[in-house]
Amino acid sequence: MDNFLDKHRSRVVYFQEKYRKRGKNNHKAEIPDQLFSKCPFCQELIYTKTLIEQAFVCPECGKYYPMSARDRIDQLTDSDSFREIDRTLTSVNPLDFPGYNEKLVQAQEETGEREAFIGGWAKIDNIPLCVGVMDSHFLMGSMGSAIGEKIARLMELSIKRKSPLLIVSSSGGARMQEGILSLMQMAKTVALLTKHNESGLLFISLLTHPTTGGVSASFAMLGDIILAEKGALIGFAGKRVIQQTIKEDLPDGFQTAEFLMDHGMIDMVIDRKNARAVISQLLKFHEQRKNHVSN
Amino acid sequence: MCPIEPAWKKVQYARHPLRPTAKKVIEYLAPDFVELKGDRLYANDEAIVGGIGSVDGYVMTIIAEEKGTSIEERIRHHFGMPHPEGYRKAMRLAKQAEKFQRPVLFLIDTPGAYPGVEAEERGQAEAIATSIKTLFSIKTPIVSVILSEGGSGGALAIGIADYLIMMENATYSILSPEGFAAILYKDASLAKDVADTMKLTATDILHFGVIDEIIPEPEGGWHREVTQPMPLIKQAILKALNRLKTVPLERLIETRIKRYRKMGLYFEDEESQ
Repeated sequence: MDNFLDKHRSRVVYFQEKYRKRGKNNHKAEIPDQLFSKCPFCQELIYTKTLIEQAFVCPECGKYYPMSARDRIDQLTDSDSFREIDRTLTSVNPLDFPGYNEKLVQAQEETGEREAFIGGWAKIDNIPLCVGVMDSHFLMGSMGSAIGEKIARLMELSIKRKSPLLIVSSSGGARMQEGILSLMQMAKTVALLTKHNESGLLFISLLTHPTTGGVSASFAMLGDIILAEKGALIGFAGKRVIQQTIKEDLPDGFQTAEFLMDHGMIDMVIDRKNARAVISQLLKFHEQRKNHVSN
Repeated sequence: MCPIEPAWKKVQYARHPLRPTAKKVIEYLAPDFVELKGDRLYANDEAIVGGIGSVDGYVMTIIAEEKGTSIEERIRHHFGMPHPEGYRKAMRLAKQAEKFQRPVLFLIDTPGAYPGVEAEERGQAEAIATSIKTLFSIKTPIVSVILSEGGSGGALAIGIADYLIMMENATYSILSPEGFAAILYKDASLAKDVADTMKLTATDILHFGVIDEIIPEPEGGWHREVTQPMPLIKQAILKALNRLKTVPLERLIETRIKRYRKMGLYFEDEESQ
């Protein structure tokens, strides 16, 4: 099991540091090594191995930590079944936007990823599928040209292989620094999804915290089946913008996964720990479907 | 060509209170326009005006974002910011156009989709996403004109087209300059300064390959000479539709999807090929 921990160590250290920076008090001295992680929500010290086994859900307070794309793939797919595609596809700076190059480099260094989206093919309980995961640690998971292209290619691969598609979203929306081209990625991903849909293939969209703006208003809300992680923020407009428009307080639980379910916008709110089992079951149903209708 | 003006000036032209709104353009293009209302699900959103009209005898479905002119009108039209029911009405009418084999003309002028509690409750994100998806499957020619403000997803939701035209002083952007400055610099008052960086003018958008044509405006903005560009708008629309009607419908959809498939700029190492 030591290898298991080693494999995740860099990422664990990363999010420890991230939350340390965020927290008011610096408890660095209390954590001698990476064996323990401090929960950013309840401040409890958690044995890191337990945390990974619990899919980054705090065993003390039950809050969900944001997961990196690779941790999510490890959690959802059969071990060592994931084969990444388009690994080197990277953003450029189409508007020559000041500071964007530096931000990209910084995000790449912090996460060890080229972009805020990882795609490829894998198996879940031995059922092959195409899977893509967004990573909110990388510039808030915002969607620019590179991510749009990666998603488009993943959809094309899914069509080519006649396999189901799973996309796990966690994104603040379109990437502002790429201007109109970011907006066009909404159109691009939906264009390819239209073809995917016509091919009769299954698209499961799993919404995690947060899924907002241009991502929620494009492919993410177009799943044949839409699942959302408990408590995730999901919506179109930002809370601050809405507050400025209506000039009153927002209702409790506004724009949470539960709120969306109550309003008929998603199929199911799921516990993170059940995500794999639910997806696996849905994939199984869709494997069998052709036996039940004649055509 | 007109001299290049700073982007912020164009933002101001695009938002000018005397600049003609979609209704004025429809009055000119299709004097016989019949408005058709409602999404058949919830309500009639006046931020989107839709119906049937003929432009020089060419019958088409016209769907427009309308801001209104007087204060009362603007409130009634939600300042041109559609709710989900607006987009659902638009798609109902677009599908109707497909059924009766007439083209669709979209006129875009919105600061963005309405940001509100009810809009979220009724699925603003889903409504926009579904609009985009619907426009990629409708088998009839689509022409769009960005009249003034092309605000983000609110504009894109009715902005998927086979031919896209933009007025010279119209803008098309990921977010309003105010919102952009607020998000990236935490200060909305920097809007003036970020407008140039955002590359939101018609020339910029043409450069990125997102639109096909720019229609020139009178010196000092469209509000100076409201009727002047009208014949140019009509000509551009009819020319595009006359060309598009010769394209077989299957190929029309393929070309539409390919057009958006190509959009974007990125970099890739050779080893991954």
